[in-house]
Amino acid sequence: MQNSGSQTPRVRHRKRSSEGFQEASKANGSHLLVHDQNKYRSMLIRTYSTVWMIGGFALVIYLGHLYIAAMIVVIQIFMAKELFNLLRRSHEDRQLPGFRMLNWHFFFTAMLFVYGRILSQQLVNTVTTDMVLYKLVSKLVKYHMIACYALYIAGFVWFIVTLKKKMYKYQFSQYAWTHMILIVVFTQSAFTVANIFEGIFWFLLPATLIVINDIAAYIFGFFFGRTPLIKLSPKKTWEGFIGASFTTMISAFLLASIMGRFKWLTCPRKDLSTGWLQCDPDPFFRPEYYTLPRWFSQLFPWKEVAIMPVQWHALCLGLFASIIAPFGGFFASGFKRAFKIKVCNLEQS
Amino acid sequence: MAMQNGSSQTPWVRHRRHSNEDVQEASKANETHLLVNDQNKYRSMLVRAYSSVWMIGGFALIIYMGHLYITAMIVVIQIFMARELFNLLRRAHVDRCLPGFRMLNWHFFFTAMLFVYGRILGQRLVNTVTSDKVLYQLVSKLIKYQMIACYSLYTAGFVWFILTLKKGMYKYQFGQYAWTHMILIVVFTQSAFTVANIFEGVFWFLLPATLIVINDIAAYFFGFFFGRTPLIKLSPKKTWEGFIGASFTTMISAFVLANIMGRFQWLTCPRKDLSTSWLQCDPGPLFRPEYYTVPKWFPEWFPWKEMAIMPVQWHALCLGLFASIIAPFGGFFASGFKRAFKIKVCNLKHS
Repeated sequence: MQNSGSQTPRVRHRKRSSEGFQEASKANGSHLLVHDQNKYRSMLIRTYSTVWMIGGFALVIYLGHLYIAAMIVVIQIFMAKELFNLLRRSHEDRQLPGFRMLNWHFFFTAMLFVYGRILSQQLVNTVTTDMVLYKLVSKLVKYHMIACYALYIAGFVWFIVTLKKKMYKYQFSQYAWTHMILIVVFTQSAFTVANIFEGIFWFLLPATLIVINDIAAYIFGFFFGRTPLIKLSPKKTWEGFIGASFTTMISAFLLASIMGRFKWLTCPRKDLSTGWLQCDPDPFFRPEYYTLPRWFSQLFPWKEVAIMPVQWHALCLGLFASIIAPFGGFFASGFKRAFKIKVCNLEQS
Repeated sequence: MAMQNGSSQTPWVRHRRHSNEDVQEASKANETHLLVNDQNKYRSMLVRAYSSVWMIGGFALIIYMGHLYITAMIVVIQIFMARELFNLLRRAHVDRCLPGFRMLNWHFFFTAMLFVYGRILGQRLVNTVTSDKVLYQLVSKLIKYQMIACYSLYTAGFVWFILTLKKGMYKYQFGQYAWTHMILIVVFTQSAFTVANIFEGVFWFLLPATLIVINDIAAYFFGFFFGRTPLIKLSPKKTWEGFIGASFTTMISAFVLANIMGRFQWLTCPRKDLSTSWLQCDPGPLFRPEYYTVPKWFPEWFPWKEMAIMPVQWHALCLGLFASIIAPFGGFFASGFKRAFKIKVCNLKHS
């Protein structure tokens, strides 16, 4: 029932709470959502948890860039902890004291590297008022890369020194897993935080589209789902997939227009303050007026429509969210299944 | 017998250690097998010296030919490293059930190539084609969309991986996927930085590489003549005498070699495009010799009254320190890696 890496940890969380429920009644051949008897009760549970999560998320968005980055860091720490624990074998670990510390050393190095690079300019801009602090921070930022490299080399040497005879394979595998986990966790969060400081819009819109895609796929599958989509996730259906794609594209177009009107969402943050934002809106967010064709304006009252250029880009984001993002979910399903198989084998032997 | 390469900073130095370890692995029955006690050591030294001379000669030829050829050499080494590492962990009987799964590895390899070399050489490619209008526009557009093209290729590979997941083989496939990423990261990080350094000036590739070679050769010779105390259980033939002797040798040669190499514009000038012609440039303050008068406490017979030291020589001392202290750990990593996977092979043979 563990978390694995994918684009939307929050969405995965929601899927988990329900899948545990329905795994009990998995004995039948076809277990599409349309045929499930308990589906209305599980839908209530899903709705309840979804409302709470969306509410919490909206609060964090309101609080601002720094708090969103903090939320992401917290999610990251939990993801890394779960993934580190996923593949350890406790009987081998007992013979290797201090080996777990190595994971957290590399985690700390990755934190320093990734957030140092992304937030260094913002950090420098925050301390321009104080002369002493400015010099200190500038020097830290100047030597940031070599400090991270030195920390990584120290971790590498530490790993070599702790190699114990007969446990080489386990230790090398753990080393490779640590790197893999940190790369998966930090690539996502690095790009997310970088996007946030360019403007919350660039984090909020894609995240919202993924949520809408998931919810729409669930609802379409709930009412219309007949044809299974992929063997990996037996409850996903083609009807859900296609319905969700349309819904996502339309809401991308509309949401981009709505979100683009708020300066809080579209302005980049140049420092680490939490105050109100003011800026010149990017040409992306300036509405352009298109006159509607004659036959349209005869039926409807609008003569021209205001479309921001960002809405066209949002269509592309919507396309990606509806077609590629479900594969992230399939990856997570496959990953969970791959490691559940392993656990079953250990229990049998 | 695992003759496979593991990852480390200098693939061809590792190769040299290979050819000798075979000869001595036969006589490993004894307790102490330090190099000083070995009877066959003079014969193995000849073998090593012969292969070293050939490798250093080939390397010098490539340095002479220039930046583009060095990059090509690195790309070739990369392809061979990746192929060996991909094959290291495949299980042939499982692979037969998964047709087309090997192609996925090479798809990700190609994507990584495009990403890494596109970023590093993008600007230089644009500078090469400034003469031709059509080609310039084409190349500029390619460079502009390079990141999104690589991202699309990666996403396509990811989707392909999901679609090929087969029931009952999830764990093997996920394991292979993780290994592919790990291997590509190890191979491409090294070569990306190496190529980036080369185009800043061959000096920044040649000096560290030479220091690693000197460190290895000096450690071998000091161990050959003086080695008594074993250094680390992972590599039983390494000794403390070899390590310390090599450290001194490396530091001194770093100081001296930086001076010698710093005089050649072929080595110190950055290459702004992809041509192979002769280089001309202002070397920069690092390579301009500064004159220091020799302090009074130096002995009378010392012929020079003032010394010309380039600032780069002080930096080279730091490089020498790194090469002598940290670089051997790269060798230990490779030894441990080989040992970890030899154990696995033996188990399969028993069962």
